[in-house]
Amino acid sequence: MMEITLQHYLILSVILFVIGLIGVMRRKNLLLLFFATEILLNAVNIAFAAIGSYYGDMTGQMFAFFIIAIAASEVAVGLGLLVLWYKRTGKIDLDAMTSMRG
Amino acid sequence: MELYLYTALFAPIVGSLFAALFGMSKKNIIAGIIPSALLFVSWLASLKLLIYILGGGEAIHVELMTWMATGDLYVPYGFIVDQVSVTMMMVVTTVSTVVHIYSIGYMDHDKGFNRFFAWLSAFVFSMMVLVMSDNFLGLFIGWEGVGVCSWGLIGFWYHKESATWAANEAFIMNRIADLAMLIGIFLVYWNTGSIQYEQAFAAMPELSNGVLTSMGIFLFIGAMGKSAQFPLHTWLADAMEGPTPVSALIHAATMVTAGVYLVVRANPLYDLIPDVGLFIASLGAFVAMFAATMALVNRDMKRIIAYSTLSQLGYMFVAAGLGAYWVALFHLMAHAFFKALLFLGAGNVMHAMHDELDPFKMGGLKKPMKWTWIFMTLASVALAGIYPLAGFFSKDLILEVAFIEHHYILYTVLLLTAGLTAFYSFRLVALIFNGDDRHSENGVHPHEAYNFMLWAMLPLAILAVVAGMIFKTPYFEMVTEVLPKIEYHIHNHTTAELMLFGTQIFVGLAIFFAYFKYSNIFADKKKNRAGTVDKKVESGLLYQLLYNQYFIPQFYEEYFTKTYRELSAMMWKLDMKVVDATVDGVANIFYNTGKATHNMQDGNLSTMLRWMVIGTVILLVLAVAFTFGQSESVVDLLSGLGAI
Amino acid sequence: MEAIAFYTFAILTTVMFLITVLTNHALYALSALAAGMIFISAFFFLLGADFLGAIQIIVYTGAVMALYAFGMMFFDTTRDVVEKRTSPQLIFGLSGLAALMVVAIFTAPIISGNIIAIYPAIDGVGNSQMVGMVLFTKYLIPFEVAAIMLLVAMIAGIVLAGKKMDHSLTLMQDEIECQTDEKEQV
Repeated sequence: MMEITLQHYLILSVILFVIGLIGVMRRKNLLLLFFATEILLNAVNIAFAAIGSYYGDMTGQMFAFFIIAIAASEVAVGLGLLVLWYKRTGKIDLDAMTSMRG
Repeated sequence: MELYLYTALFAPIVGSLFAALFGMSKKNIIAGIIPSALLFVSWLASLKLLIYILGGGEAIHVELMTWMATGDLYVPYGFIVDQVSVTMMMVVTTVSTVVHIYSIGYMDHDKGFNRFFAWLSAFVFSMMVLVMSDNFLGLFIGWEGVGVCSWGLIGFWYHKESATWAANEAFIMNRIADLAMLIGIFLVYWNTGSIQYEQAFAAMPELSNGVLTSMGIFLFIGAMGKSAQFPLHTWLADAMEGPTPVSALIHAATMVTAGVYLVVRANPLYDLIPDVGLFIASLGAFVAMFAATMALVNRDMKRIIAYSTLSQLGYMFVAAGLGAYWVALFHLMAHAFFKALLFLGAGNVMHAMHDELDPFKMGGLKKPMKWTWIFMTLASVALAGIYPLAGFFSKDLILEVAFIEHHYILYTVLLLTAGLTAFYSFRLVALIFNGDDRHSENGVHPHEAYNFMLWAMLPLAILAVVAGMIFKTPYFEMVTEVLPKIEYHIHNHTTAELMLFGTQIFVGLAIFFAYFKYSNIFADKKKNRAGTVDKKVESGLLYQLLYNQYFIPQFYEEYFTKTYRELSAMMWKLDMKVVDATVDGVANIFYNTGKATHNMQDGNLSTMLRWMVIGTVILLVLAVAFTFGQSESVVDLLSGLGAI
Repeated sequence: MEAIAFYTFAILTTVMFLITVLTNHALYALSALAAGMIFISAFFFLLGADFLGAIQIIVYTGAVMALYAFGMMFFDTTRDVVEKRTSPQLIFGLSGLAALMVVAIFTAPIISGNIIAIYPAIDGVGNSQMVGMVLFTKYLIPFEVAAIMLLVAMIAGIVLAGKKMDHSLTLMQDEIECQTDEKEQV
């Protein structure tokens, strides 16, 4: 237990990922849904960095790096759209956004 | 020479298609003239071929294209013009041309004029395919084609319930027989490896007797349907619902002779199985007598002639069954001419009598319809077999064949039937033309048919007179190139002369008796008014039996038709409950699955995200299961537990 | 030592993220998320990926969280988030199963035995230097593409959230000046 191996990091990553999944499945408020998505991305980042580190490879860190960049731009665009939607309809509740029904 | 073959074969269908273009229009005389003209062209081509074959030409064998070439089965669209088929071609085209021209006048006031000619020419085409084909399947196509056209023509006046019923009866009975014929054709192919005549017949002598017998029997059952032998005979009398030219062409000269043609064509087969031949001959003799008895008392003019046809078909089968194929074919030819003439004359009478069919309501038509009287009398004399008309040379020859082959029972039956034939034929003629005028009181004023119709009937009349005398010898020389050449001579001269004169006297007496009973020629003016119905005779058992056709149609209706209808109703219920339910069930599964999973797409992102996770989890489970399923430790574990 | 740090931060991160996911208050969720991000950077430092850890703090915690915080201004955050009661069993069941599966995959000796390094780290070189060496040689094209993507995202963000975008400020200023000039003249 004292020796921190790759498995530890991976299991941690899995737990965080699952927490993110719970959030994704549970949240009805769109903004909070975005929060859960961030958790997912971060969990994956940990996994990548850990594997890269334990096998002496730079690829893991590079991948995590690009994921951070992408997450940032995703937040920018997503929030912009969310703001627009709120201005138009006054709420950001998922249960109210069912115009794509059928 | 091939050009003539194709012309003869395809000219009728061109005419038919031409007339079909006018199918929905009003009556247009051109729709009658063009098919008749094309049929005349076909007749000319057949004549040319006949001259060629008579002159000693080789049989013309063409293959239009391949129909099926799969595995071992090779079926071409092949046609052959040899002595047998050219005889049939001449018969068919001659009678067809005459009937076409006659129909232009007969169907003059009919609304379906154009449609009639389309069907009629299509029929001729099918018949030509039938007789010109060089393989059993081509024959079968023509067989079915004439069946369909016959259905269309019998049921021509389709608004009449009785006509459609008769058409269906004819077609269904033929179908039943066709099943047997198909089995026969399958047997031929199965055992000989080919369905073309040449190869099949060449391979037959090596086959076992049992196989050949079944082949022959099945093929003959098919012939029985088409030629209306007992027990598949009821359709022929009912087929008289169609227009009279149809009866003349189809049910006298061509379609019903297709069965005889089949037996003649398959003569190598039937030569190998003489027992089946004897059966055919016996059945033919039975039918001859059977039909003649029913014609004795009938009060429907066309039905009498129909039974007469049936009877003569029996004669043809006797000849064919006894191995005298050329005789059968000869009688077929002669019979076609005078029977068609008889029907056409009856058509004239019908038109004149405003579609009245009961000869007891006619009478004394000799004066207003002189030519029809002459033609019908000539035809009846030929039918009775009086020298020197055509019937003598063909019918009496069959009697001789029976006698020579020592089948004395057959001979006696046929002889009696000849007498009956003469009697009922002249009964009809006497009732219609002689005697008192029984029709004026019904307000009917008859007139003769159009002149061109009479001119059309003239060739048939001439042929009925001379076909026997003139054609017999060249025909014999020609046709025995392919058919067994057997000359029938009675060695004892006295017996021969006795037979000859005896038959003629017997027939003459029958004619005399008919005139005595039904016309006023010999009657006492004060009593014995000819043509009156004798109530006492009519209520007698024998009369009732004969008049109701031995109650056979009622028997069929009761035991076959009704049973089949019940069976069909049951099957329909089964079909609805099982088959339809299954198909609907399959559809319902999809529908209900769709309805159930409809909630997956409610537009709610949350739901979609949940389904996404579910899907991912399922995939993960599968991935883990398969990966671990392959690892050795797990395999050992599971085999230890006995699961693999 | 490393173990203590690992477990501490692990527990902290898990708790923070659980709060994010399970709470009803939006502001609490936001704060917990920000805290979680910081703790994750700790992991990066533990793994020796210094550059990545720094980037995590700057970009994620700094920029992204600030963006969310600004976004929160638009929405009514005093109100509690009302969530329809959906079956928690389904959610937690699925999650448990997923966790189990992925752990099984990761810890399987078949998988973990087949990994080889493509771009191995060179010893003796600092992490930032290493990152630089790999980023600008082997990953140059993804880098450039990511740059363009960020540009696009920036423009999209501006366009989506901006007001009166079709009026030019400089021209507007000129108009106002013209109008006031005209008024003065009149």
